[in-house]
Order: sequence, then C-alpha cells, then structure tokens
Amino acid sequence: MKSTWYASFRSFLRAVAGAALGLSLGLLICKLVGESPLKVLHVLYQSSFGSGYDFGMTLFYTAPLILTGLAVAIPLKGGLFNIGAEGQLTVGALAAAWAGVIGASIQSPVIAVVFATSSAFLAGGLWGLLPGFLKARQGSHEVITTIMLNFIAAGVTAYFTLYSIKDPVSAQAETIPLPEAFHLKPFAAFNGAPMGGLIFFLILLAVGIHYALWKSSWGYSLKALGENETAAETYGISRGRSWMSSMFLAGGVAGLVGLVEVLGNSHRFKIGFSADYGFVGIAVALVARGNILGVLPSAFLFGILQKGSASLDLETDKITRDLSYLIQGLIILGVSAEDLWGWIWQLVRRKK
Amino acid sequence: MDMKNTRCWRIGVAAWVIIAGAGVALFSGAEAADLRVGLVLERSGKDDKSFNASAYQGLKRAEKELGLTTKTVEAPDNSAYESLQRAFAEKKFDLIIAVGFHQLEAVKNNAARFPNQKFLLIDEDAKAPNVRSVMFEEHEGSYLVGALAALHTKSGKVGFIGGMDVPLIRRFEMGFAAGVKKINPKAEVTANYLGVTGDAWNNPPKAKELALDQYNRGIEVIFVAAGNSGLGVFDAAAEKNKLAIGVDSNQDWIKPGYILTSMMKRVDEAVFDSIRMFKEGKFETGLVRYGVKSKGVDYSVDEHNAKLVAESDKKQLEALRAQIISGQIKVPDYYLVQKKK
Repeated sequence: MKSTWYASFRSFLRAVAGAALGLSLGLLICKLVGESPLKVLHVLYQSSFGSGYDFGMTLFYTAPLILTGLAVAIPLKGGLFNIGAEGQLTVGALAAAWAGVIGASIQSPVIAVVFATSSAFLAGGLWGLLPGFLKARQGSHEVITTIMLNFIAAGVTAYFTLYSIKDPVSAQAETIPLPEAFHLKPFAAFNGAPMGGLIFFLILLAVGIHYALWKSSWGYSLKALGENETAAETYGISRGRSWMSSMFLAGGVAGLVGLVEVLGNSHRFKIGFSADYGFVGIAVALVARGNILGVLPSAFLFGILQKGSASLDLETDKITRDLSYLIQGLIILGVSAEDLWGWIWQLVRRKK
Repeated sequence: MDMKNTRCWRIGVAAWVIIAGAGVALFSGAEAADLRVGLVLERSGKDDKSFNASAYQGLKRAEKELGLTTKTVEAPDNSAYESLQRAFAEKKFDLIIAVGFHQLEAVKNNAARFPNQKFLLIDEDAKAPNVRSVMFEEHEGSYLVGALAALHTKSGKVGFIGGMDVPLIRRFEMGFAAGVKKINPKAEVTANYLGVTGDAWNNPPKAKELALDQYNRGIEVIFVAAGNSGLGVFDAAAEKNKLAIGVDSNQDWIKPGYILTSMMKRVDEAVFDSIRMFKEGKFETGLVRYGVKSKGVDYSVDEHNAKLVAESDKKQLEALRAQIISGQIKVPDYYLVQKKK
C-alpha cells in the first residue's frame, strides 16, 4: 500500500488527464461548428491568465466554489449528500450584510470583519445544522431536506431584503450598503477585480479542515461513519453528533460566501447574486472525488470555465454562451468518467 | 497498475504541454471597422421575447440601417457585467450598451475607469458624465393600459400578475391600478406576484395557475409584467376566453384575440435612437426619460388586436395621454411614493 499522498497525487493526475480529454472533445465540437480550436484555447487562456484583472476575476469566481465545494465534500466524508449549499450561502450572505447594518457604528475594520464573518458562519451553520438534526433525530433524508431548505432560504432572505433592511434609495432588491469598515480590500495588482487576501484565508481554511479530518477524533468518527455506518456505531461512534457537527461546519463554510460577495464585492446583499455557486459546488466536490484539498484545484478549474464562458461568447463569432456551457459539461464529464478511461485503456492494452 | 500510472502521467503532461503551448503561440489580430457597438445583455439573454430581445432588435436594426459593426454578449451571471463591459472598452469599441438595472454598478465603475468611453445604460441612472442613461416611465404606460382594461370589463374586476416582487414591478402595478380607477372608480384590482427569486421571470406554469385562479374569481382582464412567465397568462386567457395584457415588447401576436394590448417599453427605439445620434455626432449623455410623450412607453395596436381596441377606446386613451403630458393627470410613481416613506 502506497502512501495516501501518492494516491491523491495519482488521482489528481488522472483528473487532469480527464479534463484534457474532455476539453479535446469540446474542441472537436468547436471545430465542427467552424471555430478554430486553437483560438478557443487561446481565449480560455487569456481569459484566466491574460492580465492581473482577468486572473483576479478568475479567483473571484473560484473563491465561492472553494467554499461550496468544501460544504459538499465535508458531509460526504460522513456519507451525507449536502445539496443545500445554495441555501446555506444565501443565508450566510444575508447575515453578513445584516451584521453591517447592526454594526454600522463599528470603526475598527478588524472587529467589523470578525463580526460579519462570525455572523455569516453561524447563520449558514444553523441552516446546515437543521437538516443534520432532522437526519439524526428523524432519519429524514438529507437530500430532500437540504433541497427544500434552498427554496425556503430564497424566500426568507428575499423577505428580509425587501421588508427589513432594504436600501430605501435603491430601486433594486438589495440591502443597505455596508459601512467602510466592513469592506475587504482587493489587491491593487488585480486592477479592479474584487479579490484580495481572502483567497489565502480560503486556502488555509481548506488545509485546516483537511487536517481536522485526518488528525482529530472528530474526523476519524466522521470518516468511519461514512465508510460503514453499522461498524462505526458498534464501535461507539455517535451518528447524530458526527452528522450534525459536519452539517454545521459545512453550512458555516458555505455561509462564508458572504465574505466573498458581500464584504469583498458588492458590499451589500443582492437577491439572486449567486451564480448557482451552491450547485456548481456539488460538481466541484465530485470532480475532486470528495478530497478536501482536491477541492482547491477543482474549484479553480470551474472558476476558469465560468470566467471563460463569457469570454468565449465575446471573443469568438460562433461560440455562444450556451456552447461554452457544453464545453464545460464535457470537461466535467471527462474528469468524472475516470472508470471509463481506465476501461478504454484496458481495451487498448488487450489489443496490443 | 504501474503501467496505467505511467500512461496517465504521460497523457497528463502531454495534454498540458499542448494547452500551454497553444496559449503562448497564439495572438489574435485586431480588426478594423468604422463604428463599433458592443451590447451586454442580462442573463435572460436575447431570446427572452421581451426586454433583452427588444434591445437586441434595436441593435440589429441599427446595424442594418446605419451600417456598423456590432457584437452582442449575454452575461452568464450577475458578476460578469463589469468584465464584459471592460473587455469592450479595452477593445476600444465606440459605444457600449448595457441593458438592465443589474448593470448599474458595473457601468458606474467602468465609466470612472474609462472616462473617454461612451456608454448607454438602459433602465437605471448611472449619473456619470460619459453615460447616457435611459429610463422608462413604466407607470405612465401602465396607466394607459389600465384605462383600456377598465373599458373592457363589465364587472369592474381586473387583475395584475407581477414577476419578481421588486420595486420596478410595483411601479407597473401602481400605475395600472390608477389607470383602472380613472375610468371606473369602483373597480377592484387584484394583484399577485409569482415569487421573490429570479425564477419568477421564468415560470409560465405558475403564472398560468395564478391567472386561472384570477379568471375564476370573475376577473376579466389581467395585466402581466413577468418576463417569460407571461406566456402562461396568455395560455390561461385563451383557455378561459378572457383577456390579457402583455408587456415590454409587442406581444399581441402570441395569442391573437386574447391579448387586449401590450404595454410596450420601446427599448429598441431607445437603443436605435442613441446609436443614430452617436453616428451623427449628437450623442448626449445624462438621464433621458422615455414616457408617454415620446411614446417610449405605449400601448400597442396592430392587426392582431385591431378588433379588440375600438376607435372610441383609442380616443379616450389619447385624451388621457394628452392630460398626462400637460400635467393635468399625475400618475402615481411607486419610486417616489417609496422614497417619501
């Protein structure tokens, strides 16, 4: 048995190979509709690395996906499928904006950011805890409850946005803007893209959760539960506690999307701000195969594709937004169809 | 196993060498053209049969009649507006058109970043020296179709179905209700909204259910301001043999005979006019309001609803239009009412 590090690395390489194969399929389709594959590659490259601004925007799309990817990957370790990251991030983002309304008199940026961060984490966490609790107590299936809570979150946050803390000056459905102390400063090198030191915090967060899962008894219990529920219970691991804590953590992490969007970007909560981050997070976690650290490169890949979809529409004549979604889909398929590639290779080897 | 690993290794490395190489090797050449106009549409895109579609038609008409180079992009999410506008600015497009109130922040930021770049913003006021902002007086147009609705009901029961519950749609409702009451002070206006999320613009089945419910309660005419969801209301009108009123584009053709009229927001006219002015060197920045006076908002009459709208109806509506223009009638504006609160 080789070390787990080696196994992860090998799995990462396979994912890269899968992405490349998926991308080649996508490029073939581009060729068929009459667009040069080289041009498409060039556009994707320029759109993510072409300038400080482009790179910053790519990271801006990556950041929420790291969080929602983690929010799906953490409960997955304990065998729970969290479809509710969208609702959790919405509630968290509203809480961050609300913290700014309540703490309007806070002058110190440190206190302001800590206050908003804990509000977002707590709100998202409680929203995640609810399905965890229902699962532990009643055995309610978490897929159903988390999906339903997404709709409830949309309704509840919209209500508070429109009737409690609505910006009276604006004709749009958005909350009162945050005071200066709550703003996260972007890097000047990103030349206007709303992303700063937060990205390092998110990477540290992922690393921290990875270690917590591998080095703590909490992580051990959760993973044991995910591997074999009955065996874990026989050894005295509490299902309820593990599930509830993992869902609380997942919800809290999803809620931190509020930092990226509310504190870092628009400085207020806007209804419908999320580019389906919660749902793309599922794909991010699955492409990472549930590996906590794998969520980082996986989220980056999706960030590149999200940024690139608009650029392809802009820079090419034939590729519309919808066709670039198709290319995205093929890349996801390429990465996730690991077994298929293995099977094809076996066929090739047998022929030889 | 090992054999497979080395293969995976090789594929991975080879693929990324190709990708990186292609990225480095290629540079796109700039194209030359006279007047270049870039259009940034909202998420719902150019096929929404309504607001964005109207802007797109305006651009296409300008392309044909004025001879210019155009490029249209549809934003994949609400965070993409700024980078799309910026890409147009960096490519030195002459005019950048941003459609929809969601793009306000992005236009403000880009207008400050590119002070020599000219922008056209539809549906919001950017208050920047290089931006022409076009806003529509939706309440005035809604007032006229409200009056028409009241002229076509015997029971005095009319309905309103809004998409997402946002101030903009409340503005439609308030103007509509005032128009109804002008003709029939005893009339009863029932308003329903489809929801509080973006899905509300795209949910024809739910809109149909709401419309059937309203028709079953004796309502004779429904004004719907709900984007794509409006199609469900038109279905319900045809099923119940009642009347509906469309919105944004002229939608009379969708169910001829069941759509009394459409409250048109002439986004296409605003886009076309602005481009024409730009071409003639008469482009003026600042806020421009399109109301019933300039027919920027208007009720539609064409071959599909000519049998429904009588000459006497038209006379009454034109009289109301004149009174709005002269200031005799003050149509209540939700934006102002809300600000006073």
